[in-house]
Amino acid sequence: MTEIVEGQGSTDWPAPAPGAAPVPRMVAAQAGLELRTLLRNGEQLLLTLIIPVLLLVVFSSEALISFGRGSRINFLAPGILALAVMSTSFTSLAIGTGFERRYGVLKRLGATPLSRSGLIAAKAVTVGVVEIGQVVVIVAVSLALGWAPHLTAASVVWALLVLAAGSAAFSGLAMLMAGTLRAEATLAAANLVYLVLLGIGGVIFPLTRFPAGMRPVLRLLPSGAMSDGLHSVLQAGAGLPGRDLLVLALWAIAGISLAARTFRWE
Amino acid sequence: MTTEPAVEISGLVKNYGPTTALAGLSMRAERGQVTAVLGPNGAGKTTTVEICEGYRRADAGTVRVLGLDPVRDAKALRPRIGVMLQSGGIPTSAKAGDYLRVIARFYAQPIDPGLLLAKLGLTESARTQFRRLSGGQQQRLSLAAAIIGRPDLVFLDEPTAGLDPQARHATWDLISGLRAAGSTIILTTHYLEDAERLADHVVIVDHGRLVTEGTPAELTGTQGQLRFRAEPGLDTASLLAALPPGSAAKESPAGAYLIELAGSVDPQLLAAVTAWCADQGVLAQSLRIESRTLEDVFLELTGRELRP
Repeated sequence: MTEIVEGQGSTDWPAPAPGAAPVPRMVAAQAGLELRTLLRNGEQLLLTLIIPVLLLVVFSSEALISFGRGSRINFLAPGILALAVMSTSFTSLAIGTGFERRYGVLKRLGATPLSRSGLIAAKAVTVGVVEIGQVVVIVAVSLALGWAPHLTAASVVWALLVLAAGSAAFSGLAMLMAGTLRAEATLAAANLVYLVLLGIGGVIFPLTRFPAGMRPVLRLLPSGAMSDGLHSVLQAGAGLPGRDLLVLALWAIAGISLAARTFRWE
Repeated sequence: MTTEPAVEISGLVKNYGPTTALAGLSMRAERGQVTAVLGPNGAGKTTTVEICEGYRRADAGTVRVLGLDPVRDAKALRPRIGVMLQSGGIPTSAKAGDYLRVIARFYAQPIDPGLLLAKLGLTESARTQFRRLSGGQQQRLSLAAAIIGRPDLVFLDEPTAGLDPQARHATWDLISGLRAAGSTIILTTHYLEDAERLADHVVIVDHGRLVTEGTPAELTGTQGQLRFRAEPGLDTASLLAALPPGSAAKESPAGAYLIELAGSVDPQLLAAVTAWCADQGVLAQSLRIESRTLEDVFLELTGRELRP
């Protein structure tokens, strides 16, 4: 850091000494700013933490919906984990990025030494950190509510893999929307899609309760694949959810590559 | 120190659909100078600056910024330039001090953010979110972000737009200070006073072309004026006869006399006027010698009709 020397009544500015900081420092600084902005934003906290926890508490304590056999919390916890990841990597990322684009924030960053890949990395770090926080809180609340997941080393790895793949799939779709639609349209669409996927994503209504003809289609959506994968691993104790991971990977590849092609920075 | 200009633009063409923004613009900006790009709304100022910053590609023509191609050499160029956009660019819910500290972390040897905030009168606002700052404070924060990385070359797009007189003066001082420290500054403005106060070199563009360029003195000094006040109804024909050839004299309004001369007013003209006044027993009051203002030149070259 260079000090500005106060001269006699005038200011002596430091001579030019340009240079970029190391990439990890830039990415960490940008991710820190995004995280602080996110945590200060009340609506974002409502979306990413309060709503999932509320759904968990309300639907596990009252017999509002019949989940079939098994305890309510054992069904709910995996679905709410999927919902939490969706709220951060899709809704929150799309809205945040959409407004950054609208206010010229992305454009302005384009003239700093932080490259576009650095910015994407910072966003990935931000999304990842928030999701880790969400998973910790939701797992803790669920355990307190009596959640008894199928727990082995393998099931934890598969569950984390499903969350990561789901996060990648939803992030790609979020960037696709944020980079092409107007910020207001992104805001509306991201919230709408969140609600629709909450309804048909196997989060609070089991996919088995939908008509037989619809189930395969719902399992091909990223929300359905994520909740189905988590249910099979954590509730049913199944092995690697290959089909669900494949669906999520395909969504991720399609979303990210389309976003990369169509993203408009201003 | 190389003698290569900071910015060299030649034959720049840029169309947005059917609209021509730049129609073969050529200009240069020397290192260590303040270059002001003037022009009416829609003249192509922002497009020019944004091509230099690497935001847009020109349809034709060449651009060299610090000897580099702004798009191809973007990675090498970005740390060396500072950019202030015409509006926006800062996350609306970020706090002023937090934002500036983050931008500082992008550079190897930044100016201390706290000191920079203090210099720009933003210390009190360091914990205020961007959207709650006044227009002038937002402009100053944007300016701070443009210079915090100690760039060789600073692009300022309308840096004084919407500022109150105090903030304008602070901005002028800052730009002069940066220049004195060795930075090159390119600013677009339609406040002619900015250019008169700051610019070593003025470039006037209109309809996507260079209209004229030069130092403020070169642009304004081609015609001189001498004005004085005295009793109404003096004999201007007799006055004219006493002046060097090529002069003009008129009274308008009553009691205000204007003498114009091709070229600058020189001591001989002044002596001739005062000698004539002494001869006539006239006391010339408020006598002053003026050159045209940049505004006169600007309106003459770009017309008086309103722009969209």
